[in-house]
Amino acid sequence: MKPLLDLDPADVRRARTLARKAGRPVVKLAQSHTTVSVERATLRLAGLGGADHDRVPWVNHLVDAVRAEVGLEHGITSPVYDALRRGEAPDLLTLAQKAASGSVQFRLPEGKDATAAAKDARREVSRGIRTIDKQRANRDRLIKRHGDPKQRPWIYLIVATGDIYEDIPQAQNAAREGADIIAVIRSTGQSLLDYVPEGATREGYAGTYATQENFRLMRAALDETSKELGRYIRLTNYASGLCMPEIATLAGLERLDMMLNDSMYGILFRDINPIRTFVDQRFSRQIHARAGIIINTGEDNYLTTADAVEAAHTVTVSQLLNEYFAKEAGLEDWQLGLGHAFEIVPEIPDSFRMELAHALLARQLFPEAPLKWMPPTKHMTGDVFRGYLLDGFFNLVGAMTGQGILLVGMMTEAVVTPFLSDRDLALQNVRYVLNAAGGLTEDFHPPRDGFIQTRARHVLGEAIDLLTKITEEPGKAPLLEAIGDGTFGLMKRPANAGKGLDGVVVRADGYDNPATTLLETGETR
Amino acid sequence: MTQSRAGQDPRTTDRAMPLDPMPAKRTAKSATKNAARGAKGGTKGAAPSKKIPDIVRPYGDTTGDGMVQVSFTLPIPHDKRAEGAALQLAKKMGLEPALLVHAKPMGPDFTFFVVYGSATHLVDLRDVVVVEREFPLLSPTEVNKAVKSRMRRKLVVVGACIGTDAHTVGIDAILNIKGFAGEKGLEYYREIKVVNLGAQVLVPELVARARAEKADAVMVSQVVTQRDAHIHNTTTMSAAFREAYPAGQVPLLVVGGPRFEEGSAPKLGVDRIFGRGTTPGEVASYLVHALATAPARTKEKS
Repeated sequence: MKPLLDLDPADVRRARTLARKAGRPVVKLAQSHTTVSVERATLRLAGLGGADHDRVPWVNHLVDAVRAEVGLEHGITSPVYDALRRGEAPDLLTLAQKAASGSVQFRLPEGKDATAAAKDARREVSRGIRTIDKQRANRDRLIKRHGDPKQRPWIYLIVATGDIYEDIPQAQNAAREGADIIAVIRSTGQSLLDYVPEGATREGYAGTYATQENFRLMRAALDETSKELGRYIRLTNYASGLCMPEIATLAGLERLDMMLNDSMYGILFRDINPIRTFVDQRFSRQIHARAGIIINTGEDNYLTTADAVEAAHTVTVSQLLNEYFAKEAGLEDWQLGLGHAFEIVPEIPDSFRMELAHALLARQLFPEAPLKWMPPTKHMTGDVFRGYLLDGFFNLVGAMTGQGILLVGMMTEAVVTPFLSDRDLALQNVRYVLNAAGGLTEDFHPPRDGFIQTRARHVLGEAIDLLTKITEEPGKAPLLEAIGDGTFGLMKRPANAGKGLDGVVVRADGYDNPATTLLETGETR
Repeated sequence: MTQSRAGQDPRTTDRAMPLDPMPAKRTAKSATKNAARGAKGGTKGAAPSKKIPDIVRPYGDTTGDGMVQVSFTLPIPHDKRAEGAALQLAKKMGLEPALLVHAKPMGPDFTFFVVYGSATHLVDLRDVVVVEREFPLLSPTEVNKAVKSRMRRKLVVVGACIGTDAHTVGIDAILNIKGFAGEKGLEYYREIKVVNLGAQVLVPELVARARAEKADAVMVSQVVTQRDAHIHNTTTMSAAFREAYPAGQVPLLVVGGPRFEEGSAPKLGVDRIFGRGTTPGEVASYLVHALATAPARTKEKS
């Protein structure tokens, strides 16, 4: 698509430079810390799964035991593979079981022992990395065989029953009705659990737990449906919360296709410790990069908690930061499902024109990214007829601005979990608009100094101002200072508080993590 | 998920419409009247009684036509029999005659219907029970003034989403300065101190914080209702407060959410429930009513 907005290229460059300046110190911080969840993810790559009879995962037992005895400053793998070499247990699972009962002695190996342990660790962890590589190749093969959706944007639908065995037929039906992407919403409690539940789950609150088995079951079901429909159906889940690195790893192992993964969402909206979030996030994004997973970022949240006109530039700032952190972690443009949403108060004059301006701004700032366009939720009042009209206008913006991923809006948003018929009506709405107005991109050229162009430039200007303000904060990591003093959405999140802080560990000089090494070098063994 | 901006407006008009036996010009009038009555709007006793009959029917385009419109899905393939089934259901719902205006297959196993029909049921307005707002609506200035003169200190509010609920939209709409429906949130009130703990707060954490802040009122938002989570969480919360505080000194417990039953506050062990469409101003007015007009209520009884 030809650029529709006359943005000053110098402004765009400046915005990116500022985002990099704000982000870099945070990356440094991420490189000098590890977390319990990063270490558990590493063990999962080495093949350790399962849980005890109280459903506490073995990776949690092993990481806790090692941490209690020798600490995590040097990474989990050195003490673990050293213990295996010393014959404390025949394999990883037995070692974890014995460690859970306190009958294993861990130590920090030195010299030759350390080298040998590191070699073993790398061999075992690389198996997991190779499984992720294999799954990526499988996806490419299946996409070639079944094909991508015929139209853009891809149609994204949510299922959320709490019971994976209910989700599966719902997801398959949704795909038959036209969904290209199925997102299984997580149970609301999960982001603050410091472990990943195990097995197929049948109860959750407003969503279904993300577990390796649930991932596997759903992916297998959608593979069948893809074959039936001649269209590869993508599966989405959430790599967020305290177990972000582990869930990303499980997604890579089970060939999920998209993951929600925002750089600051957990900090601002879940009060998770900022350092924990940035460390976990870098690892999870490295996994996503390797696995060929498209990330979806959560900028919609800024608009649902603040006024969508006043806060429009916070979306742009967040998109720029998300882009910086994503690329630093190795993700490519086609993997950046940067988010934004249709949330301007419908009653204010020119609300639709402003939505168009904001959507075009995102489109033009990130021309190669498959932007994720999210429907109105805040102004869905329960008047389902009005809601249906709003969703139609939302779809129209999506069609006119070339969005990559369209989350289908339900007219019963905020009323009930969508009925079967709601989903059908919503998809009719999308199809009608795409069919009737999809080609409008060709004719639609907002005049140079008209309302839309002026508004877009104004928002970009505000974004640059905010980024400037952030980078001018004092201290080693100005972004953390900004988060701490409430720059984003009035929520103050200091770096020394928040959930999950006790799981953050400063790396020692000899820190070794074969997963990080393999992810950063791209090696397979 | 979100609360309704228009939530309280349509209520007055909706009520005025079916109440009015005569055409539009007077409908508009009684709607304004209802709105103007504010706190007492649309109650059974105070209604402009002489024009409104006790028995009404739905209004399509003519008084007394009883016309309603419904849509539903049946789990059967679309064919003649399915259409007959839809009409049978309509009849059992009290729609007679029923007009099947739309039937559409949704996949091989389901059919979606839109049916219009005349409802055979009558509504007896004398049997309608309404929970009334028990307090007057105050402006922010009046709230501040009342708190200042009667409490002689700031009114402390601690708010949170508890349990698994992560939907802070409701509590944020009431507490954050940003507010809701054009009204500023409680943070905006000079004489109210707001401590918003955010999402997924554990009950013991909430109790501890309420004690530390010497909270006058505790506000909890519950949006997620799957498996009655909102009920469980609320009763757990109120029980924890009763346990942690000496009798009679429990802070005012206020719960908000779109799916609480009206009048279930005593059952849940809380002082007040607010439903969808509640604005910060209503909550602030209630706090004044409950705390600043009767200072003895929480602090000096026992």
